[in-house]
Amino acid sequence: MDWGAIFNNAAVELISPTTAAYALAALGLAVHFGYTGLLNFGQAGFMALGAYGYAISILTFGFPVWGAFLVGVGASVVFALILGIPTLRLRADYLAIVTIAAAEIVRLLFTTNTFASVTGSANGLSGYKNEFAALNPLADGTYGFGPFTNNAYDTWLRIVAWSIVILAALLVWQIMRSPWGRVIKGIREDEDAVRALGKNVYAYKMQSLIFGGVLGTIAGMIFALPRAVVPSNYQTTLTFFIYAILLLGGAATVLGPIIGSMIFWVLLSFFSGFIARAVEAGWLPFMTAIQGGQLRFILVGVAIMLIVIFRPQGIFGNKKELAFVR
Amino acid sequence: MKSTLTAQRYIPRMLAILFVTLLAALTMATFSVSSAHADEVGTEFEFTISGNVQFDGEALDGVAIAVDGNGYQADTVTDAEGRWAIGVPEKGTYEVTLDEDTLPEGVVVAEGGNVIDTEFGLTDRKSVNFFLGEGTRNTVSFFDQFVNRFFNGLNFGLLLALAAIGVSLIFGTTGLSNFAHAELITFGALMTLVFSVTLGLPVWLAILIAIALSGALGYSLDAVLWKPLRRKGVAVIPLMIVSIGLSLALRYLYQYFFGGSTSQLPGAGMADLKFGPISLSPIDLASMGISIVVLLAVAYFLLRTRIGKATRAVSDNPSLASASGIDVDNVIRIVWVVGAALAGLSGVLWAYFRPGVSWDMGFQMLLLVFAAVTLGGLGTAFGALVGSLIVGLFVELSTLWLPSDMKIVGALVILILVLLFRPQGILGRKERIG
Repeated sequence: MDWGAIFNNAAVELISPTTAAYALAALGLAVHFGYTGLLNFGQAGFMALGAYGYAISILTFGFPVWGAFLVGVGASVVFALILGIPTLRLRADYLAIVTIAAAEIVRLLFTTNTFASVTGSANGLSGYKNEFAALNPLADGTYGFGPFTNNAYDTWLRIVAWSIVILAALLVWQIMRSPWGRVIKGIREDEDAVRALGKNVYAYKMQSLIFGGVLGTIAGMIFALPRAVVPSNYQTTLTFFIYAILLLGGAATVLGPIIGSMIFWVLLSFFSGFIARAVEAGWLPFMTAIQGGQLRFILVGVAIMLIVIFRPQGIFGNKKELAFVR
Repeated sequence: MKSTLTAQRYIPRMLAILFVTLLAALTMATFSVSSAHADEVGTEFEFTISGNVQFDGEALDGVAIAVDGNGYQADTVTDAEGRWAIGVPEKGTYEVTLDEDTLPEGVVVAEGGNVIDTEFGLTDRKSVNFFLGEGTRNTVSFFDQFVNRFFNGLNFGLLLALAAIGVSLIFGTTGLSNFAHAELITFGALMTLVFSVTLGLPVWLAILIAIALSGALGYSLDAVLWKPLRRKGVAVIPLMIVSIGLSLALRYLYQYFFGGSTSQLPGAGMADLKFGPISLSPIDLASMGISIVVLLAVAYFLLRTRIGKATRAVSDNPSLASASGIDVDNVIRIVWVVGAALAGLSGVLWAYFRPGVSWDMGFQMLLLVFAAVTLGGLGTAFGALVGSLIVGLFVELSTLWLPSDMKIVGALVILILVLLFRPQGILGRKERIG
């Protein structure tokens, strides 16, 4: 068995753009769920809006990178408003059902053949990377060492992705220490008490929904840059994966989503690599390679259950700061 | 000196020769194109998809053909010999569509449909042929279509209701929004498949066994997972996330054992019977009949029996019910068994309605179930019934106007709109919404 390749592939995931995208999306979810107590199950919808907003702006309208970025962010603000207006006055589980439904609406609208000329329907979109690559200040060549060796474009993508993640983490950290953050955490603990203090809970929740959603949207753009935009990537399973990351790291923490994402992807890659090679080597005669691929989803599901039951605060969380005390 | 002169004289002559040759080539090219394929498009590409549209040995002229795939689109019409050809930039899979409206009167695409997915083999040319036959195109009047869809929607709504009542009762008694209900639905269909196709039992027996096993699964889920969690005092929202994890794990467990393919239950795809404009298969009729009988039985159970009344009492106020001597744990256990059995039945009917059994079939329906439950009012059994019928009818009727790949979108939009104007749902009470 080629242990070197398995460890190498797992190490690659540590700083891959996909890990960064999941970390950022989980950070957005931490704002929603961990700090505000909003059960947003539509993070995949926010990510889809970011990816499609960026890709369509460039491919169909020929926008520059910053313009496409703003289009994606604008779309997610509108999406957050549409989600928030009917549901933020209702109990938490209503928001869960509506957000999951809205994310599916977004995905189905991008999948349908009706708008195929713009969205590429089920085949998705590709060929929008040149504009981003043109901004690359790095000369051609390879950078990095060991498993982290990449060409100029991939290095540039990693630098941008992780810079955004770090900036976003600092922003969330600061904003949650600010008066605004204290009100937000107050809403999570006791909405009525905050209302009694004269705060407009609805407005605060809406701001939180928009803030976390925009983080998710930017994550969607990072997620789209190393691959093509395909609607089947934005199924509800994506949201559940992000929840798994968030719960693993700790819902009401800044570092939790980031470290959680790293652990999640390294472990997942290690596990897939190990199973795939174990099947190849005939160690697991009762399993085919495809079944090995499905095993990791089963494992994620079981992990979500175990974490919530036995360590609801996650790795970095504080048991006093739980989103679900109710 | 002489050599330059000859060179100078040569150049115009060579140019002239070149010009003439080019012209000849061009005219020949145009000539050959016009003679062979009147409407060949995309000749600049080296790969070609072509075909010949004929009916009873007679070439059909002017039939529109479109090719779509790999980010490339083109269309053309057949020439006098019924031939057409479209050049494509790369080898790959393309979708070839024949526009049925351009066929002559009385001719339709007989089998395989008017859209064919085609993939290049080793050669650069790929021929695609449509099978034409005699017949009339479906020019059903709007009213007839409406009536037909209405009955389909009713059928779908009824099977949705079977699943939705379980979700609603579980929510009402335990406060849990059970995402794993999707997998209970799939379980019923998968077990029917195992017992009828794999083990060769008669279908009715397989369905009964599947429903019994679904009930048993509901019982064991409650006993092994949910009851200990309730004892532990885990709050509602972590419970919901646990159910999401369970849903994910079970769904891929099904895929692990049954693979990603879709299989048919015995009797699926039975020929339709015609009742005026309505065409329903015997399976559809049986499905509706079974749903109505079972729903009436559930209504009787909830309204008339002791344990049913206790269920509604727990649903209303668990602590008060407990204080008045109702065994809440027992009620919840019964709700899990009944809810899971109903979900299993719903899965069987859903497998006939779609049609097909696949590992994620329940998950495809889950959001519609939640939409139905929320529409009717979370936690009210009869609200779930009303909501399901509305969602079922809406999903099917909306295909009269919306493209069919967007029919679910309509139902989900309605869900959001209802929450905007009547958040407690149609039959819900205001105090429930928090």
